Amino acid sequence: MEERELICICCPLGCPMTVRIDNGAVTVTGNSCARGAEYGEKEVLSPTRVVTSTVKVIDGEFAMVPVKTKTDIPKGKIFDCMKEIQKASVHAPVAIGDVIIENCAGTGVSIVAARNVKRS
Amino acid sequence: MTEHDIVIIGGGPAGLAAAAAAKKAGTEDILILEREGHLGGILNQCIHNGFGLHTFKEELTGPEYASRYIDMIEKEQIPYKLNTMVLSISSDRVLTVINREEGLIQIKAGAVILAMGCRERPRGALNIPGYRPAGIYSAGTAQRLMNLDGYEVGKEVVILGSGDIGLIMARRMTLEGAKVKVVAELMPYSGGLKRNIVQCLDDYGIPLKLSHTVVEIHGKERVTGVTLAAVDEKRRPVPGTEEYYSCDTLLLSVGLIPENELSKSAGVDLDQITGGPVVNDCLETSISGVFACGNVLHVHDLVDYVSEEAALAGRSAAAYAGSQKEEPSSSNIRLRAVNGVRYTVPQFVNRESEAEQWKIRFRVSDVYRDRYISIYYGDERVYHKKKKVLAPGEMEQVAIKKESLEKYPDLAEIVICTEED
Repeated sequence: MEERELICICCPLGCPMTVRIDNGAVTVTGNSCARGAEYGEKEVLSPTRVVTSTVKVIDGEFAMVPVKTKTDIPKGKIFDCMKEIQKASVHAPVAIGDVIIENCAGTGVSIVAARNVKRS
Repeated sequence: MTEHDIVIIGGGPAGLAAAAAAKKAGTEDILILEREGHLGGILNQCIHNGFGLHTFKEELTGPEYASRYIDMIEKEQIPYKLNTMVLSISSDRVLTVINREEGLIQIKAGAVILAMGCRERPRGALNIPGYRPAGIYSAGTAQRLMNLDGYEVGKEVVILGSGDIGLIMARRMTLEGAKVKVVAELMPYSGGLKRNIVQCLDDYGIPLKLSHTVVEIHGKERVTGVTLAAVDEKRRPVPGTEEYYSCDTLLLSVGLIPENELSKSAGVDLDQITGGPVVNDCLETSISGVFACGNVLHVHDLVDYVSEEAALAGRSAAAYAGSQKEEPSSSNIRLRAVNGVRYTVPQFVNRESEAEQWKIRFRVSDVYRDRYISIYYGDERVYHKKKKVLAPGEMEQVAIKKESLEKYPDLAEIVICTEED
């Protein structure tokens, strides 16, 4: 049996929760609402995050364009994604939603632009 | 001198939302004045996500949230001047403005909306002993250098203050390969949002030391380290608790200050607690026809509330510019914040106001559990609601219905407070 202490982030209450995993069965205690239970379960079984960073722009009005993973990715893949993002560069113009890296670090999720950048 | 019905100072989230709302309310002649080279303000460097949950029902990054509003401004063809600095405002709403193309110009405004935002509290305000080496940045400056200009700010980092920008930068610098060693917070609680503590510090194993501060900065040319110490309940360092951390960078995330130099030039009354103008329920300042919204009014933690507040300022300015009523209203009721409530915005409501209800925003002065928010009309308690947690870092709001005042024709003051039961 595994036990983990979490702080719920669903609302400002910040309930301290204990999540127990016993043969694949997950029980959440300490939560005040259903959203907390859902968060606690996801956070121990398959935690995910949206990763945001910047990518160098060539010939753009700005030096950098902000980017994000199009959807959330497994938490364990964050640094693999960052490695690919750090190597990337893009030519202006760039529009919000443009795919900068496809299938980043094997997550199946693309890195997309989060700001419009005109040519300089 | 040129003239415009509404002039908005600042093209960040507050100014943009105010402009869009004023236009929608029927004002055609609007001008936005922006000091930077682009619209969007501080959102452009806030590349993390989590913006817009209330406004757009989705999680956007800062630049995406800004672009939604910039698109509205472009679509409505609301004029704006970039790289344009307002130098002063007179009490009769004449703005002295400077830019490279036009030089020094004067603009007469039917109504003015103050939307200049805030700035960060600097090292000089903290009295930390030590030399003045390179490598000490306010968190927002570091954020700008990294996210807009693409610089690596530092490799080994200590952060003083657990404001949201500091927490966001702890994660950001970690992702870019820096080692963030510790976040020290003077107060016994964090000033940032809970989700930022979890997702920016806990996710990456960055320790948060509450009731700790920096007592010495080491290094002459570049920061080489800092000494942290625990503080007692009076926030004085406790001898013997000093701990040395080597680092090449110290970020300061120690509070934001509304930027009201222009408001002062116009003679606008400022609130000692918020650092922003005193306003009525229309967000009109002590000077007729001058309105305020966003972080220049009081520092927010969510941009969604800035947009909502700014839209009210935009509608109010549109109504004012349309009617040109000059006489100050006399039926103001003062809102008094006491016993754990630090301030309210607005500070006054007016029973002749056209709104059906007013949203009163406030902050509490300490962390409270299982405590009530109460509102009193004279001796009578008209609102009493239990909150499981109240914290200074999270802005609260209550709504007051105008009709609830009908039974109190002589009421001069509404009291908002926290109560144990």
